[in-house]
Amino acid sequence: MADESVQREALLAAIENVAARIADEKEHLTDLDSAIGDADHGANLNRGFQAVLEKVEGMDDADPQEITKTVGMTLISEVGGAAGPLYGGSCMTASQELEGGITAETSIAFAEAFLEKLQDRGDARVGDKTMVDAITPAVHTYKKSIEQDDLPPLEALAKAVDAAERGVEFTVPIRASKGRASYLGWRSVGHQDPGATSTLMILEEILETAEEHLDGDVAVDATSPTIPDEEPEGE
Amino acid sequence: MIGLLIVSHSSKAAEGIREIAMEMGGDEETVAAVGGDPDGGIGSSIDEIRAALETLLDRTDGVVILADLGSAVMNAETAIEMLERDADVVVADAPILEGALNAAASTTSPKATVESVKASAEEARDISKV
Repeated sequence: MADESVQREALLAAIENVAARIADEKEHLTDLDSAIGDADHGANLNRGFQAVLEKVEGMDDADPQEITKTVGMTLISEVGGAAGPLYGGSCMTASQELEGGITAETSIAFAEAFLEKLQDRGDARVGDKTMVDAITPAVHTYKKSIEQDDLPPLEALAKAVDAAERGVEFTVPIRASKGRASYLGWRSVGHQDPGATSTLMILEEILETAEEHLDGDVAVDATSPTIPDEEPEGE
Repeated sequence: MIGLLIVSHSSKAAEGIREIAMEMGGDEETVAAVGGDPDGGIGSSIDEIRAALETLLDRTDGVVILADLGSAVMNAETAIEMLERDADVVVADAPILEGALNAAASTTSPKATVESVKASAEEARDISKV
């Protein structure tokens, strides 16, 4: 795996990029949320990620587990809407999976733990018109690309982002059955889900940061012995 | 004694429901209310819910939470997970106002437990009004 300082640098850069993207897209997210929700998703997420920026400043000696846990706890405290317990709680729970640093294996474990907590907390499934519609195909595609298709994590992440994008598109023509939009019933049809949209934005920034910071280093992850060793069991 | 915590998207709604509930049972010490996001807008704050739970738990044997809409319920569940002590706290799956009235009334029983108060709150789901 990439050494710890590279991981930390990349992770902190990803957090900065996500925060900047959310700040840029605050109005867009709020517009999407005005159509079918309570018009606070952009403002709430922005408040959360600005607080995250302050909290991670100076975490120059922290490991990825500590950093992601701090991100989760800060979102929990600062967001105020459903995105707080959903993104924050899931990130905090999943941070435990990064104890040994970020490898292909631990990143899959993180993604799966994140998804499991998200579904559990929101009691939402694919097709409910929520962030689950973006994150589920992303997590499944990431896992499958690495474990079955032997792709390097960076390529797997690119495929995951693509899957999330299609998940976001899928939220447009369906009727909401969770969240505030569900109160609108059929009127929610035809609108893109703001939660799924912010999920895609976050994943896009993580991918872009990974491409900038981990070039070469991630290729090593793909051939780490844990992955090929697991292959024969599933085949 | 079992405590009650009302969690609404609006601090005014939470306070108002608390006032009405206290007519049925409980008092200033055992019924608490929180509402509003960290900036005072519509929403709820996990930190405020946690703080209110800590205060109630110092005075009671357990707490039943009545919450209004989606994110208030999720914030309450997250706050419970983050408590630093082993405590008997549950979220009732009940309409917030009627559930709070039922729950407050049932806390007055000397045999009240978190489970019995939660069950009373949840009976409010079947209340017919007309």
